[in-house]
Amino acid sequence: MNLSSGKGSTSSSPLKTGEAVSDQFPAGLRVMVVDDDSTCLRILERMLSVCLYEVTKCKRAEVALSLLRENKNGFDIVLSDVHMPDMDGFKLLEHIGLEMDLPVIMMSADDGKSVVMKGVTHGACDYLIKPVRIEALKNIWQHVIRKRKNGLKDVEQSGSVEEGDRLLKGCDDGDYSSSVNEGRGSKKRRDEEEEGDERDDSSTLKKPRVVWSVELHQQFMAAVNQLGIDKAVPKKILELMNVPGLTRENVASHLQKYRLYLRRLSGVSQQQGNLNNSFISSQDATFGATSINGIHLQTLAVAGQLPAQSLAKLQAAALGRTTAKAGVSMPLSDQKNIFSFENPRLRFAEGSLHHLSNSKPINLLHGIPTNMEPKQLVNLHQSTQTLGNLNMRVNAPAAQNNPLLMQMAQSQPRGQMLSENADSHVARFPSSLVQPTVQNGISNGVLGNRITGTSNLTTAYNTVPQNSSLLSFPMSQTNEMSVDSFPLRSPPGITSIPTKGIFHEQGTSGIKGPGGFVPSYDMFNELHHQKSHDWDLTNTGITYDSSQHANPLQGNVDVSPSVLVHQGFPCMQQSVQTRDATSIGKPLFSTGEGIHPGNHQNVGQHLNNLVGNSVRVKAETFHDPSSQINNLFSDQYGQEDLVTAFLKQQEGVGPSDNELDFDGYSLDNIPV
Amino acid sequence: MEVDQMQRQYLDYTKPLFLEGFLDGQFLQLQQLQDENNPDFVAEVVSLFFEDSERLLNDLTFSLEQKSIDFKKIDAHVHQLKGSSSSIGAQRVKNCCIAFRNFCEEQNIDACLSCLQQVKQEYCHVKNKLETLIRLEQQIVAAGGSIPTMEFSF
Repeated sequence: MNLSSGKGSTSSSPLKTGEAVSDQFPAGLRVMVVDDDSTCLRILERMLSVCLYEVTKCKRAEVALSLLRENKNGFDIVLSDVHMPDMDGFKLLEHIGLEMDLPVIMMSADDGKSVVMKGVTHGACDYLIKPVRIEALKNIWQHVIRKRKNGLKDVEQSGSVEEGDRLLKGCDDGDYSSSVNEGRGSKKRRDEEEEGDERDDSSTLKKPRVVWSVELHQQFMAAVNQLGIDKAVPKKILELMNVPGLTRENVASHLQKYRLYLRRLSGVSQQQGNLNNSFISSQDATFGATSINGIHLQTLAVAGQLPAQSLAKLQAAALGRTTAKAGVSMPLSDQKNIFSFENPRLRFAEGSLHHLSNSKPINLLHGIPTNMEPKQLVNLHQSTQTLGNLNMRVNAPAAQNNPLLMQMAQSQPRGQMLSENADSHVARFPSSLVQPTVQNGISNGVLGNRITGTSNLTTAYNTVPQNSSLLSFPMSQTNEMSVDSFPLRSPPGITSIPTKGIFHEQGTSGIKGPGGFVPSYDMFNELHHQKSHDWDLTNTGITYDSSQHANPLQGNVDVSPSVLVHQGFPCMQQSVQTRDATSIGKPLFSTGEGIHPGNHQNVGQHLNNLVGNSVRVKAETFHDPSSQINNLFSDQYGQEDLVTAFLKQQEGVGPSDNELDFDGYSLDNIPV
Repeated sequence: MEVDQMQRQYLDYTKPLFLEGFLDGQFLQLQQLQDENNPDFVAEVVSLFFEDSERLLNDLTFSLEQKSIDFKKIDAHVHQLKGSSSSIGAQRVKNCCIAFRNFCEEQNIDACLSCLQQVKQEYCHVKNKLETLIRLEQQIVAAGGSIPTMEFSF
């Protein structure tokens, strides 16, 4: 049921609608249940019907996935068995997370700790032990609400961001992760601390987003394939696609997302090494790419590679919405061939992409907003290679085209980085760098719901080819590929502080001054230190840790409270946290990657999966960040009927509890 | 036979099944899911269970007869049988599966074979019981009565 069709209607009488909705809710919740066991499937179907949910049952995961893809907004939550013959439940979980960002509950007769843990790390909202009792099913709606809430919250945040606020501030991880992408739901990232001050917004004009429809994506894919994955630069892709109204920025951001996805899928161990190299070669001012979204231009500027002016422009661009049609989440249904489990192809792509990232920093710049001067472009070029992944939050000035940042952020390497990061490193990054931007859907995605921070970092890394001094990934610091390569590690030479100065210079450009920067950084550190933070916190904002923690695999892998394990399993937060990445990564790879405990690369890879999976790497969805927000929002309104209305009602009631706290942003602020 | 006689007969037959551990609370849950709009729910689920189980048992038999035994596959089958038997409340079958899985892990062929025998036996038992139970239920309903809910102090 669609209770509201848009902001307007929502705001008109939210309470009223909400009340009406809440009376019925959660009745009508659209549940998809997947289980190869007919007996269990039938029983679950019946139980869910008794709970007044709308049930769709599937025996096969592939069928379920295609149903979900065809009907992106047709389901609210998915229940899936773990052991299925045609596809591993965790893999399905991963796909759903990437493509649709729906809450997924895993089920199994297996109550072994490792399996449950795997569910957690892959990002399942919950884990039910069979036989499932109806009482357990009665409460599954909470996961839907939670996700929506987080998503809305992020959107709101994003809105404010776009309005220019926290550019310099580390802002919140929440923005990153949740924001646009899937729109729904990343974990609650809003970190109050990070959000701290809002900056005035300057400009972001909201541009209509490009919706990456199936057809459009197919054209994109055709162009990419024709060019060859390593030669696929946005400009050429755009030309080949020949779609009127599509801009280079749109393509670039989409390409970034795609690459990210590929990288993540193929795991990145070998690339990590390369990335490390390339990163290391960048200047000392390596910032370890924080989240894609959030790389501070300042940082770049500091590195000396980015002239202040460019920085300002970039920032402006980053903030701005991308070109009008920024693509909203792209339906991935047609990407099956890509995403599917075609490893060989991915590997190839991976290899070439890797190559690409190492040797072709240039293409990242294609998305540079047109308002940038050529000279700046040149300047940016070098530094922006790294920027590619950086999502520069531009605070100010014109912000219209975020595309640059977004695109850059969305480079594929991100995916790679995702894999690398996985964890604590993410937290290290100064919040300033991380700046969750709504714009970069991918980065948000990357940040994901779960391990947002990590994902951002990884992404950022990817895009930073050789010279971006700014994006020095921590990798340079350590020899080990694995964790060290995670962008989260702050490179030795770089700290956020220097950027501060630069910021000042750019005052006029609208970039937030150091004030913003520093606090965010502080906040970031703070976040980082707060072990108790859940995923959201660590992930979202934290990609750049300029100096702090050298310990790569620190577990910032907090499991957010929302990832509950059914039947009383403890929230893994603390325990996960301290565990090193290896152990975390391990359970992820039961599907066969074979982690070697000592093998960092694998760990990285696993972590990637960890991140990707659990985080629901938004990157995968290839959303254009800016458009995502809008899109996200309208999607939510359109489809989410009950949930949205319910949430709205909650909001109307006031932030009485944490979950419903919108941080002062009303839903109206969310751009639609 | 009068309805209440049938109902008493039904209870006399069914209660011991629970007390002896053939069926557990999960089966009661299934019965509660049945209503006027879904009058054959239990029967339907039970027959699905029979189909799945027989197939799994055949697969298990086949796998254990091989020269080189694939324990992983066997474990997967047993796991599935465990899942469906627990969902339907066939407690003894489920317990057998648990033991079976342990032996699979140990790769103890003989123990596995003996477990398989046990599982088959338990399955046959519960199948008979369930068939009778459902027949009794259908009799009651056909006679216009309602299936009595069991009261246990579990």
